[in-house]
Amino acid sequence: MYQAAITSAAIKATDVTVTYGEGSAACHALRGVSLTVERGEMLALMGPSGSGKTTLLSVIGALLSPSLGSVRVLGTDLAGLDRPQLAAFRLANAGFVFQGYNLFPALTARENVATALALKGRPASEAAGLLEQVGLGGKLDAFPAKLSGGQKQRVAIARALAGDPPLLLADEPTAALDSSNGRMVMDLMLRLAREGKRTVVVVSHDPRVLDVADRVATIADGVIVP
Amino acid sequence: MPSTLLSAPARQINASALLIAWRNLTHDRARFAVTMVGIVFAVILIALEGGLFLGFSDTITKAVLRQRADVWVMARGTKNFDIAQRIRERDLYRVRSLPGVERAERLIVQFANWKKPGGGGENMMVVGFNPNDGLAGPWNVVAGDLADLRLPDTVMVDELFKDKLGVHAIGDIAEVNGHRARVVGFTREIRSFTTSPLVFASFKNALQLANYPEDGATYVLLKTAPGIDPEAVAERITATMPELEARSARGFAKLTETYWMYTTGAGSSVILGAALAAVVGVVIVAQVLYATTMDHLWEFGTLRAMGAPSSFIVRIILAQATIAATLGYAVGIVASLLLMDASRKAAALILIPPGLAALLFVVSLGMCTLASLVSIRKVLQLDPVMVFQR
Repeated sequence: MYQAAITSAAIKATDVTVTYGEGSAACHALRGVSLTVERGEMLALMGPSGSGKTTLLSVIGALLSPSLGSVRVLGTDLAGLDRPQLAAFRLANAGFVFQGYNLFPALTARENVATALALKGRPASEAAGLLEQVGLGGKLDAFPAKLSGGQKQRVAIARALAGDPPLLLADEPTAALDSSNGRMVMDLMLRLAREGKRTVVVVSHDPRVLDVADRVATIADGVIVP
Repeated sequence: MPSTLLSAPARQINASALLIAWRNLTHDRARFAVTMVGIVFAVILIALEGGLFLGFSDTITKAVLRQRADVWVMARGTKNFDIAQRIRERDLYRVRSLPGVERAERLIVQFANWKKPGGGGENMMVVGFNPNDGLAGPWNVVAGDLADLRLPDTVMVDELFKDKLGVHAIGDIAEVNGHRARVVGFTREIRSFTTSPLVFASFKNALQLANYPEDGATYVLLKTAPGIDPEAVAERITATMPELEARSARGFAKLTETYWMYTTGAGSSVILGAALAAVVGVVIVAQVLYATTMDHLWEFGTLRAMGAPSSFIVRIILAQATIAATLGYAVGIVASLLLMDASRKAAALILIPPGLAALLFVVSLGMCTLASLVSIRKVLQLDPVMVFQR
């Protein structure tokens, strides 16, 4: 499994540009973005829709290669990795939390988490412990359809924590939740970030994120607003 | 590699892929039922076409192979058992006089008209043999005594054709070409490819029933002496008697099979049917498996985003195909075997021997694997960024 080297900054993006299309049809999602996130830091990426925050999250999460610029995550230059290596890097180092939960509807909460554990070579027995950490010890065998939005997102967080990745990346994790569930999810992410000394990047429109993040970076039209 | 030889993480990966595959297939029960119906339908279709092909072959060749003759002598140019020109009694004596021939007898095979006791007629085939010789005759006699065929005006028919011929019990009387025919026994599962029932009679009675001249015959059947090669005797007859030709029993059965199955196009159409069934099966299975995969596209995208290797995703889709193929095959083959059993009482026989059943499993597996290739290609081309676009 691809293990990142140890350096000081967890994430260092330099002059990152992401362009979709070519010529007159070219669309610049990111324009020379530079960003550093320290180890153990919780960064909130905020900005209006279409500003490029999810694109930046995709670049940081080794899901998308930039058109220009360099990205070092946990000491690894992502530009030097091919597609299978990027996948191996994500598997070893990153946990993802999605706006729509992206749970497997045909698997129970325990099995959803156990799938991630299996991919990381960890025993399925750890799933129960992870679900207990997010307060779902009593819902191990529940299918996603039987869980509330907040509970689904907590299962997704438990899945993201499988294998204890140093990096947690969340895309609008509270967007589909009501106020109290949203708050609970953000508090949970903060606690898990602090306990595990994880680096957390959260993309959100949600002003409640401001309360828990160590730092906020705002993006507009593909550039970081000073 | 056997799972016991795999490391614990590898076993866990396999178990996880299998679980996802099983749940993807069965979580939506209505879709699972549709998937199964598609595969079962394809399996039954191929099994029946293949079984019909084998059943036809069996029916065609059995009338020759179940006789105890080593060599069949016939008019030159004969292409099959059912339709042959007449030969003469003197040919019997010529053949008997050849070295290496232990004994020989005449056989009549002739289409005739059967008049039912209650009115109405049917085409049938009179098979006249020497009941004292044992070289030919009916097999699977389930009612009556073969010795009774020595009596005047007697015949044996197959119980499959009781209704068709209008005779249901020993003692029933019909007419063949205007001659009286009394049923003295029944056989079981003796069919003909032409669907005209084979009606067995003594040679003497058959001459009359088939309106054959006293010195006529359709075939001369012969038994070779121990240690004599039947093929060599057959070749010698063919080489020395210009109006006759001779074939070993196996050779004549093959000739008859080739004529009916390939020359007439009957067998080709069954083979084409089986091929079409396989194509239709692949299309049906491809559609249902593709739809199953597409239903779970976001989950596969999530797996890719999480960093799951392509091999894991391929394993899930192939496991889906294998599970679907195995379950579909199991149901399909049981249904096909039930239909095969039912066909024993019908004019057209379906045969599904263990070899065909095993081949069908391989075909089902291949069909489902082939069908899943489209899904695999689609999923492996997924851009993991898609998970952020919902």
